[in-house]
Amino acid sequence: MATQFRLNDDQVVVIIGSGAGGGTLANELAQKGVKCVVLEAGKHYQPGDFENDEWAMFNKISWLDKRISAGGWHHTKTYPNLPAWIVKGVGGSTVHWAGLALRFLPHDFRNRSTYGHVDGANLLDWPIGYDDLEPYYFRAEKKMGVAGSTASGLPLLPENNHYKVIAAGARKVGYKQIVRPMAINSQAYDGRPGCQQLGFCMQGCKMTAKWSTLYTEIPKALATGKVELRPQSMVLKIEHDKSGKVSGVVYVDQHGRTQRQAARVVCVAGNSIESPRLLLNSASSLFPDGLANSSGQVGRNYLTHTTAAAVAIHKKPVHMYRGTALAAVISDEADPNPSRGFFGGYHLEGLSLGLPYTAAFMKPGGWGRDVTSALEMYDHMSCVWVCGEDFAQEQNGITLHPTEKDQYGLPVPIVSKTDHANDTAIRQHGLAQFRKVSEAVGATRVIDMPPYPASHNMGTNRMSAKARDGVVNQWGQAHDIKNLFVSDGSQFTSSSAANPTLTIVALAIRQAEYIAGAMQRKEL
Amino acid sequence: MNTLPHPSAATVEAVADSPLLSRRRFLQGSGVAALGVTIVPLSGLLLSGEASAAAFATLGPQTARTLVKMARDIFPHDKLADRFYLQAITPYERAAARDAKLKSLLVDGVAALDAAAKQRYGKPYAALASEEQRVELLKAIESGPFFKKVRGDLVTGLYNNKALWPQFGYEGSSWEKGGYLHRGFDDIDWL
Repeated sequence: MATQFRLNDDQVVVIIGSGAGGGTLANELAQKGVKCVVLEAGKHYQPGDFENDEWAMFNKISWLDKRISAGGWHHTKTYPNLPAWIVKGVGGSTVHWAGLALRFLPHDFRNRSTYGHVDGANLLDWPIGYDDLEPYYFRAEKKMGVAGSTASGLPLLPENNHYKVIAAGARKVGYKQIVRPMAINSQAYDGRPGCQQLGFCMQGCKMTAKWSTLYTEIPKALATGKVELRPQSMVLKIEHDKSGKVSGVVYVDQHGRTQRQAARVVCVAGNSIESPRLLLNSASSLFPDGLANSSGQVGRNYLTHTTAAAVAIHKKPVHMYRGTALAAVISDEADPNPSRGFFGGYHLEGLSLGLPYTAAFMKPGGWGRDVTSALEMYDHMSCVWVCGEDFAQEQNGITLHPTEKDQYGLPVPIVSKTDHANDTAIRQHGLAQFRKVSEAVGATRVIDMPPYPASHNMGTNRMSAKARDGVVNQWGQAHDIKNLFVSDGSQFTSSSAANPTLTIVALAIRQAEYIAGAMQRKEL
Repeated sequence: MNTLPHPSAATVEAVADSPLLSRRRFLQGSGVAALGVTIVPLSGLLLSGEASAAAFATLGPQTARTLVKMARDIFPHDKLADRFYLQAITPYERAAARDAKLKSLLVDGVAALDAAAKQRYGKPYAALASEEQRVELLKAIESGPFFKKVRGDLVTGLYNNKALWPQFGYEGSSWEKGGYLHRGFDDIDWL
């Protein structure tokens, strides 16, 4: 019998979201004996529900509630109602992440100190440094079974065709740091099998070789008897008591009934659009601008990484879709080097697409023989995704639509993003370098693609040393409300050029230690 | 069969009536019409782009014939048989029967395209032998709602048709075959 907590049990920690942040936090707290209720907006799919089919899974697991793209970015034209490509389901976006587990670099935590004042940007140092997080990176890598890491002891994944063609080109142009720290089992590990190169990592790993909270952290948390998971439970509002401490959350359950769950602590982990949206929607007479928002920074400084993509058509077949979706990662450009004409750095990440997605994303709106002549060479393609530093800008962010409501009666979120000049420079440099890498192995045609909807969403409830500069402190704890935490990527102060999941997991492990300790000390 | 979890003959109807429709409009104009375009079996339809009047009772054979030609001109693959383009536009017949706005968008769109073709070249669109001339006519309407709707739906209606994947060298679902681990995941031999 699954554990159930009463709605009026005010000793539970309520965790909103079950992805990299929320799912990990629930398990870490449960292992320490802390009672948790996990409220997940989406359904509880199982690997048996996963299909090796791009559009079928897109429609099944994506967060498709209405959102509006705004600002100067390409998405206002290409993806007007899908600014972000994330998952609505138990496991959150760990269901569709590709599995790349890069650590941030030390300078990423010293954004403002490293780059100084940059016009138009709102840079800030994190209140923690790399050394603070290093032990938690190790624990995250062990937990997730990162291939090639000391922590897991697992060997690297084998090199697939897509890896080989990108790595060969990279070496020819002089790149040396070609890496693939993947949270995909290279052999059986932690009760899950080794990868058989299905090629559908982003459609939900049907064989569970890729780490996802769906079939690791969540079942482990439930097995402790300390955690109750409530899927299809969309939180409408976080409530507080007269003293200003949060006291419970109001949500719509799977039967469409409005419920209120009492809470000792509330942890928000709904990804960087929903998390600030919830804090803004929780405005009250005591907190008229939303919870944790005395700085006015809730929903601001939205980061997505500076991204672009391209396909290269080679002389002979590649069959990029055979095997792990994420192939070779070129890390040589990740370190800052202003002589390139921009601050920050980027990774070039080989990321395969199937034919259906290639047709959709290669040239949105395109048609004619220019498009079809390329698609006919689909099996000769390699494909890259540029993942670059994205500078915080205060006006990039999440706001609430003044009149339009979603199916829960909540204001539709408006997701605004405009490139900084630095972003544009990174994008151009990355695409030019991929062209060189591809042409070095004889590619005959390279087609630049616009950015995909954002899967890396960060920064909208950022950490800061001082309350006036951000939303949460070094523990992800709201500056304004001590029993309110942010547990997802929205607490990031900078984006770095590394994929966010590993850092979200490391922060969740660290946060769980803090919360459990503070509860024991009766500080919470 | 393609974009919805459990496609069936009723899928198009269900989608047409669903509030999900509006939520899935995100990719309109961008090329990805994510709303389900279920491919209906070919029974009752003739090949070579010719559709029987009975099969296109709502849209009419002339509209259907023109849409097939237009589909090929939008995504021209000489190696693909007409049936793939026909399959891609066939869901419109069922959808148009339930959606008057869609029906008029398609019927009026084709009529306007034919009118432009007759005015410039003296023949309806589908009767023009020159691809160049047909493409010119499409370019003139490419920013309009009719063209954008057809082009956007074709992205899934055509390229999500598993029957044509082998012609593009895409093998699709692999889990039931043990993945690609023993089926060429690392067989590249020309580097």
